Amino acid sequence: MPQKHLLTRRLLGTTAVATAMTGVAARAQIPQPKDVQTAIAPAPSFPGNLDMNLDVNGRQHRLSLDPRTTLLDALRDHLGLTGTKKGCDHGQCGACTVLINGVRMNSCLSLAASREGDKIVTIEGLADGEKLHPMQTSFVHADAFQCGFCTPGQICSAVGMANELKRGVPSAVTIDVAAAPTASVDEVRERMSGNICRCSAYPNIVAAILAATEGVTK
Amino acid sequence: MATVIGMPIDRIDGPAKVTGKAIYAADVGADKPVFGAIATATIAYGSIKSIDASEARRQPGVLLVWTHENAPAQAPWVPKAEDPFARPKPQLDSKKIQYYGQPVALVVATTFEAAREAAALIDVTYEKGEGVFDLENAGKDTKTPKQDNVGKPAASKVGDVDMAMRTGFVSVDETYKTPYQNHNQMEPHASTAIWDGDKLTVHCAVQLVESAHACIATTLKLPPEKVEIVAEFIGGGFGGKLPVYGDAILAGLAARELKRPVRVVLTRQQMAHVTTHRGASVQRVRLAAQRDGTLTAIAHESLAQTARADDFVEPIVASTRSLYAAPNRFTQQRTAVLDLPIPGSMRAPGEAIGLLALEQAIDELAVKLDMDPIALRLKNEPKDDPEKHIPFSTRNLVACLQQGADRFGWNKRNPKPGANRQGQWLVGMGVAAAIRGNFLRKAEAKVTMTSAKTATVEMDMTDIGTGSYTIFAQIAAETLDIPVEAVTVKLGHSSYPDTPGSGGSFGASSCGAALLDACQKLKARLDKGEGPQGLTAMGKAAPGDDYKKYAQFAYGAHFAEVGVDADTGEVRLRRMLGVFDAGRILNAKTARSQLIGGMIWGVSSALYEEQPLDLRFGSFMSVDLANYHVPVHADIPSVEAATLKEFDRHANALGSKGVGELGICGAGAAVANAVYNACGARVREYPITVDKILPALS
Ligand code: FES
Ligand code: FES
Repeated sequence: MPQKHLLTRRLLGTTAVATAMTGVAARAQIPQPKDVQTAIAPAPSFPGNLDMNLDVNGRQHRLSLDPRTTLLDALRDHLGLTGTKKGCDHGQCGACTVLINGVRMNSCLSLAASREGDKIVTIEGLADGEKLHPMQTSFVHADAFQCGFCTPGQICSAVGMANELKRGVPSAVTIDVAAAPTASVDEVRERMSGNICRCSAYPNIVAAILAATEGVTK
Repeated sequence: MATVIGMPIDRIDGPAKVTGKAIYAADVGADKPVFGAIATATIAYGSIKSIDASEARRQPGVLLVWTHENAPAQAPWVPKAEDPFARPKPQLDSKKIQYYGQPVALVVATTFEAAREAAALIDVTYEKGEGVFDLENAGKDTKTPKQDNVGKPAASKVGDVDMAMRTGFVSVDETYKTPYQNHNQMEPHASTAIWDGDKLTVHCAVQLVESAHACIATTLKLPPEKVEIVAEFIGGGFGGKLPVYGDAILAGLAARELKRPVRVVLTRQQMAHVTTHRGASVQRVRLAAQRDGTLTAIAHESLAQTARADDFVEPIVASTRSLYAAPNRFTQQRTAVLDLPIPGSMRAPGEAIGLLALEQAIDELAVKLDMDPIALRLKNEPKDDPEKHIPFSTRNLVACLQQGADRFGWNKRNPKPGANRQGQWLVGMGVAAAIRGNFLRKAEAKVTMTSAKTATVEMDMTDIGTGSYTIFAQIAAETLDIPVEAVTVKLGHSSYPDTPGSGGSFGASSCGAALLDACQKLKARLDKGEGPQGLTAMGKAAPGDDYKKYAQFAYGAHFAEVGVDADTGEVRLRRMLGVFDAGRILNAKTARSQLIGGMIWGVSSALYEEQPLDLRFGSFMSVDLANYHVPVHADIPSVEAATLKEFDRHANALGSKGVGELGICGAGAAVANAVYNACGARVREYPITVDKILPALS
């Protein structure tokens, strides 16, 4: 496969990070929903705790948390949704990727309190009951993981990436930014580079994503 | 009986992994834990003068602060033991600082945020001593050990290398350097400890459950039967999770103290110092050959880091003794005892970096001889083990090289460096051989018929991403003649039968052979009409005489094509192929994944990975994933792995050899050789970065 002449992160000494969120809805007083789910155990109430409502996988959760709590720690430690992983806590690995209103995002870089009013989807929310999301099925068949630790992040990122392609968002390797981008090998590799897999399942991850996104962008 | 062993079936734990249902050590949440945070030393050598933890103790939510002044008594560390990973690992037991980043305090608080904040408020003053940090200037701390860490002699000598170097038609005498590296598994080292009455359960990220069990029980001075270790899913090991670290010990101690579940997770930054790493090395390779390429001498000497705090002699030159024939031979491994964090095994300890030197030197010799590097290797194929003079159990390096060359299109390679320019890119191909020692360890397995048509397998073995769950289900299904879906595989609990765990690529063969034995015994009894329900059998495996009578290795050949940017010197991998001989393959799909993963680690060693050391402070500098470069998606194009059809009857009853480490062995050298072929830059100091290539381009 011919390679395009591009300056990569290696040369520039910078790090690829999964697409950052832009255009976050402004904070607003959200009315308390009726069917509030309680967290698995309430966090101790420090003087400075903040009350918040999080919409995760279609369910409303009312939480009172230390304002320093990231979305990642809120999901894992307070809602018991441990499918989302912490690989670095610094936005450098993508293991914590979740979908916020359909857009992928590193949940370790976002404070839980700032996500009120957003629709948050985690790896636990992708399947339809027992029926796996096509991206999940594709990962299993392509053996797109080994230890599985980066996998929830890779899958959420891949689903978010497919949404980006559908919306026509160009990437650094898109030659014609005016044309609709397609799920080519180059596009997938570029767009998934914020998700590190130390087991190095990369060739299989790309194969899984291409199989699952076939037709999505055409 | 249908063939199931070897079939490329999907991982049986795949659905759990893609839905987030696989539970790793830091995910255990049934009893909501409290959180521990570790504070670490900011000097490399000396002692703690004073610790002021008053501010930390005042933080809301803080439950406990321990330093060496008030940490509970633990069993003392011992310098040597048959199983080094089972030794006590006391924490916060002295004011002595032996390496930068050593844990000096633990805070436990009701939330992660409070624990982290309080740990940062601990004020430590130190009495700083003069540490020795420089591998190449360690003076009297440079040692000549007798044995490497696997018990092989550290040196070997046959004939007269010096004489052969003087009289050879051509010779190569070069020095190669490999940097410090860190495993950087995606899952940070994590432990969740649960105290229940008088019993401690520690869920931890560890490869060797049995060793962890012994280590934690002895350190905490608990009777072994009162300790259970659980490691059902591990987010990558690569050797870095052979031992347990402070997170496990401190979580266990705190859970006992507080009588509630405690979770301690190392931060990504702490992993660089608190856990083991791959030591840096300086390697000198000397080769001499006749005009036709026949090697007359091979010498490989290494100097690598070990630590004052604990000894580790990486077997860097060990496989050089078995790779090629030559009448005059010399190998030697020296160490420099430095006041740095403790080095340890990292994916293929020994071969992974030894072959970066040796297989580049062979390429350099081929250039000097004006000979094809594959032909040179074929010319020096030994008939038996060149130093031990015992037969190889199996050896198909020649087939790996030849088949790989055909598939890769090696005949299209122009041997002249820089001759193939495609637009901006200088394109080149490289080849290297892979060799990796094959091991078998004592293992036990238990299999039980849970109904007429279903069975459960139990072992304290782990699946660190290797596919253990799946291959064991395949072995049981085929032997008991039941479907794979009818087998439940239970791993990673210390209460299950003892196995050597995951390490040294011995897990699949050792545990698989024990399980095969158990299933064959069970099947024989079923066939006699016993059971079926509730019928149980135990199986065993252990290395026999064949490990002494035969030299056992797995082999491979790597082919890499790279592009080097003619102006900037940037290297991009374009495609790669590995052909391997690893005995019988137990699952073609997961084995291929393992091999590809290893090959990409090789690419990473060649081009990206490096943990620079700050010689002023004895500390590592690239302690996060922004600065410690590993390949990402965009760096990895088509990488393919193929395996030969083989069955090594001397290896074990399954005929298999390990594949987890084979893929990395030699892979980086193939990339380095491709860089030379592309642009003429012979870079002997890994990783091969732009600054080292540019001088050759101008
Ligand atoms: S944990 Fe969020 S990017 Fe690594
Ligand atoms: S599967 Fe282990 S890190 Fe990706």
